[in-house]
Amino acid sequence: MIAVENLVKRYGDLVAVNDLSFSVEEGRIWGLLGPNAAGKTTTMRILTGFLPASEGTAAVAGFDVFRDADKVKQIIGYLPEVPPLYPDQTVTEYLGFVADLKKVPSAKKKDAVARAVKATGLESVKGRLIKNISRGYRQRVGIAQALVHDPKVLILDEPTIGLDPAQIREIRSMIQSLKGERTIILSTHILAEVTQTCDGVVIVNEGRLKASGSLSDLTASVEHKDGVVLKVRGSAADAAAALRALPGVDKADLEADGLRVEWAPGADLRDDVARLVVEKGFGLLEMRPITMNIEDLYLKIVSGGVDQ
Amino acid sequence: MKAVWIIAKKELRAYFTSPIAYVVMTVFLVLTGFFFYSLVWWFNAQSMQAAQNPYYAQQMNINLMVFGPLFNNMSIILLLVLPLLTMRLLAEEKKAGTEELLMTSPISVWRIIMGKYLASLLVVAAMLALTALPAVFTFLYGNPELAPILNGYLGLFLMAAAFLAVGLFFSSLTENQIVAAVLTFGALLLFWVLNWASGSASGFWSAVLNYVSFFPHFGNSTQGILDTTDLVYYASFAFFGLFLTHAVIQSRRWR
Repeated sequence: MIAVENLVKRYGDLVAVNDLSFSVEEGRIWGLLGPNAAGKTTTMRILTGFLPASEGTAAVAGFDVFRDADKVKQIIGYLPEVPPLYPDQTVTEYLGFVADLKKVPSAKKKDAVARAVKATGLESVKGRLIKNISRGYRQRVGIAQALVHDPKVLILDEPTIGLDPAQIREIRSMIQSLKGERTIILSTHILAEVTQTCDGVVIVNEGRLKASGSLSDLTASVEHKDGVVLKVRGSAADAAAALRALPGVDKADLEADGLRVEWAPGADLRDDVARLVVEKGFGLLEMRPITMNIEDLYLKIVSGGVDQ
Repeated sequence: MKAVWIIAKKELRAYFTSPIAYVVMTVFLVLTGFFFYSLVWWFNAQSMQAAQNPYYAQQMNINLMVFGPLFNNMSIILLLVLPLLTMRLLAEEKKAGTEELLMTSPISVWRIIMGKYLASLLVVAAMLALTALPAVFTFLYGNPELAPILNGYLGLFLMAAAFLAVGLFFSSLTENQIVAAVLTFGALLLFWVLNWASGSASGFWSAVLNYVSFFPHFGNSTQGILDTTDLVYYASFAFFGLFLTHAVIQSRRWR
């Protein structure tokens, strides 16, 4: 549905997006994840036809975003980082204006607006001026304007930024509910957003692709370190020294969350570790497995540790 | 055309839901009314004197003595207030981020510009139409000629059309409305008085300075003269302003 190939965007000497390629299948929610200034907004602006790319191509539903810009614009709904609202219009008026802009036929306009209002839960504020509604509602109006022409593709730039935790949860479940017939790309710098709402992720940093794929594939690919975190009643330092001597153990160090013991993937030393701690009388209080999750992956990627 | 009207409708609404249109129109109408009143009062005093002097009475002409100077004054007020009508048009879209909505909609940049331009033209047309009310009274109590008055209004409207295009251009350059208004005002004033420098130049350049300046063109229409040179001048001025606006918006995307 969305195919980005070797995309490059330069602003003078600054390279905002550098040779980025990824693709998203129809009906999926895909996250564009990266720290601030990673090139997420620029990528989305190119996809929506707001900015031309310096090099490379991007296509939405088979239409090139540059050559067939008008067709692409009609099938995309776009929520920019700052919701593009006119404070002096009412919610209904505003959505009607956007429906006109997106060339919704006049006969269907009323239904289109009503549907967008319903999908985003705006019934209670639809007659109010946008400047008088809360930030959470404004964000919903932003999403409603992206939905009003019933687009096949939704592009949401940081849809939950600046909202309180309850609002974030509401917006996330709203986005989940839009899934199905629509393909959605959302950008975020918050990892939890991706793990909670997305099927897959594209991780970018400094304009470059760092990793991409479905969440399960990505986590599987990095769970290559096995180990446990222990808490002991006795001296943790002595326990660490004893564990280091155990055959197969690569590492046994004291860390903030406890005594971290690691071994090569495949081997399962949990029995041995537990037996040693108990038999030597260190007093086993807690033992939990460590798995490298997507958060570790993300932190490693953005700090430059992994380059896939 | 439908797309142009969608934008124009939204801009008209914005003009009249904010105080801008009301303030601009009120200031323009109050000042115009004041100038009309003083000119009529002066004309009245002259008529009293002329009543005792048959030769002088033949020189009395309400078109030349009231409407001519009135249109001149109105053109100066337009120069002062029109930058306030155009400053918002593109600068605010940029500042509020709504530019992104417009530019990612299946609607061309030309139509967006024309829609905004059309809205400002309609506000000016309404404003000028309202000043016709005092003129009606001169027809009730006197016998002015209609054609030169209509011609004067046409001249004012065409000049305003050129001013608005310049204003739209400066609004496209910045996201600060005050900056847009000040630049527009400065540019308009400069073009207004450019012919003053024609004395210091000679031959070709003197003619050029005279041609590009607003003043000589507008002078004709207050006298009841409609010259195609002036029509071409206003039209090309407006076109050039809109063309530059388009170029600015397009070029920013490529930077």
